[in-house]
Amino acid sequence: MSELTELTVQNPVEEFLRMDRIPHIWCPGCGIGTSVNSFAHALIDAKIDTRNVAIVSGIGCTGRVAGYVKQDSFHTTHGRAIPFATGLKLANPKLNVVVYSGDGDLFAIGGNHLIHAARRNVDLKVICINNLIYAMTGGQTGPTTPNDVITSTNPYGTFDASFNLPYLVEAAGAVYVARWTAFHVRQLARSIQEMFAKKGFSFIEVLSPCPTLYQRRNKMGDGLDTMKFYKEVSKIRNGAATKDVALTKSGEITVGKFVDRERSDYRDLLHDRLLDSLGDDYVETEACTCQ
Amino acid sequence: MHADPAGVMTGTHFLDGDHACCEGALAAGARFSSGYPITPSTEVVERFAARVPTVGGTFIQMEDELAASIALQGAVWGGAKAFTVTSGPGFSLMMEHIGLAVMTETPCVFVDVQRGGPSTGLPTLPAQADMMQVRWGSHGDYEVIAVCPNSPQECFDLTITAFNYAEQYRCPVFVMMDEVVGHMTEKVVIPPPEQIEVTPRRYTTLPPDEFLAFKPGDDLVPDMPRTGEGYNVHVTGLTHDERGYPDMTPATQDKLVRRLQDKIKKNVDKITLYEAEQIEGAEVVVVSYGITSRVAQRAIELARNKGVKVGKFRLITAWPFPEKQIAEIAAKVKALVVVELNLGQMVREVERAAAGKAPVRFVGHAGGSVHRPEDILQAIMEVAR
Repeated sequence: MSELTELTVQNPVEEFLRMDRIPHIWCPGCGIGTSVNSFAHALIDAKIDTRNVAIVSGIGCTGRVAGYVKQDSFHTTHGRAIPFATGLKLANPKLNVVVYSGDGDLFAIGGNHLIHAARRNVDLKVICINNLIYAMTGGQTGPTTPNDVITSTNPYGTFDASFNLPYLVEAAGAVYVARWTAFHVRQLARSIQEMFAKKGFSFIEVLSPCPTLYQRRNKMGDGLDTMKFYKEVSKIRNGAATKDVALTKSGEITVGKFVDRERSDYRDLLHDRLLDSLGDDYVETEACTCQ
Repeated sequence: MHADPAGVMTGTHFLDGDHACCEGALAAGARFSSGYPITPSTEVVERFAARVPTVGGTFIQMEDELAASIALQGAVWGGAKAFTVTSGPGFSLMMEHIGLAVMTETPCVFVDVQRGGPSTGLPTLPAQADMMQVRWGSHGDYEVIAVCPNSPQECFDLTITAFNYAEQYRCPVFVMMDEVVGHMTEKVVIPPPEQIEVTPRRYTTLPPDEFLAFKPGDDLVPDMPRTGEGYNVHVTGLTHDERGYPDMTPATQDKLVRRLQDKIKKNVDKITLYEAEQIEGAEVVVVSYGITSRVAQRAIELARNKGVKVGKFRLITAWPFPEKQIAEIAAKVKALVVVELNLGQMVREVERAAAGKAPVRFVGHAGGSVHRPEDILQAIMEVAR
């Protein structure tokens, strides 16, 4: 009996979660919670001071991540997590600013912000849960929805091209680009750790099931079936050319770390330019904080 | 507290309204701005981009006004005093984040240098046609504070006031300029820092385990946490409880949205600013604001020369609207004349406050030029008869 009592230990990720908000709203079989688990493990393994981690989310299923993590967390407007995070980071650079949001939020309504933050190389860590659909609103076509699937707004099937996220983000200037699925929990946690060690715009795409709206409507089974599918069709190809990693409805899912390069981040570039131009007139500050 | 001397360019200057506004922001402690270029407002952030690195702060030019209007809110939660500047078309794009600032009680300042609309309208010419948009443009129920400078000096002074109100009441505050006030150049006196009162951020003194992020004080305004200090605050645009947690029930919605309104409504006497002159015994009172008040001044003097007893009432805060003051005036005068550079916006508030106690004559046009004093004079003379 006493042995059993000793076994009822706290799950180590609990201290990273707002347990008073659990249970969460995500559906059974959804991969968002799985990714949050990997995120928490990454913070534990990397021994990161979570007081200096701020999470910024947009709107949608993944947008709710900010509400469950026990860090300073900001649930902003649809598509605008990245510009909010940009202001947060520039005003208070000691913060590790993580943007945690979905494919529709980051690449449709927020697409312009994303490419500009990547271009500037703002030091943001972006985790994009890609469930291939607008889930919170009921399963509409998104910018990542593959061809030949049924959605609520393409009831006769999708036909237009979807974004290849790693290709787009690399082209825009990101210094770190990786992709995993909700099946690759350990690889994802390691990737998140690597991202925390990078300075500059870093991006991880996490492919996640939406059993309620994507898989069900396309007769692709449930969450477990999707995990089996991920296991079966995923191929780890670190360093793969991002132009070759586009996703299709049932083809190979190329996963791995695709980009890991060095480029001065926005704040360093700004600092160097101002110092060069203004000399002694330049007033360097650790932060823009007020009294 | 007094202004940080680093941002205060003490002295007598010859500045246009846009540049004076920038100096006001710096004097008030703004150390972050995110902007997107748009005529006739851009000079404010052009000056800020040049000045702020010598003071200790950051300017970033964003990809659009959607981004500009939320990057500043990220900066505020990061600990900065921050603002953005725009004109009509950009202001339309910013409406989304005015709602966010209201809902998340983010102290910040938006400057709108008004030009003729709708749409692209008159990019280089004045109007005062965003006065209802600033009050009602974002969805949902809310209150705002908006000030209307009528000179470069007031662009300086009232930008400081705007920052102070934003910190005091934790809401977005608007500086409603117009193209002429923005571009006219006049003497601007910037006092020494010890003569500039700056409202500090309402940082909580409670430790994280005792702090509730959205629990209001007696004045209905909650104190703010410092990000990165272990408060683990959650900030959301969703309807939320005192912990900041989403709680989408009619009861929580009603409690929250009423409080967001009441923290301004119940402090209306402390917030409202106006200029009243020769109201006692007036037959006619002219109500105006911003650049229009400068033209109305001439018409008022011409009418007085003709023997009409004319009072002047200038809105300095358009919002909250000085309803009580207008009601009192309406009970005593023969008529009110409302002058503004639009086809009738604040006049609706004047009519509402006057409540039929005095007729209200509107003098306005769709923008592009300031009024002719003669047109205002004619209205005064007609209603005085």
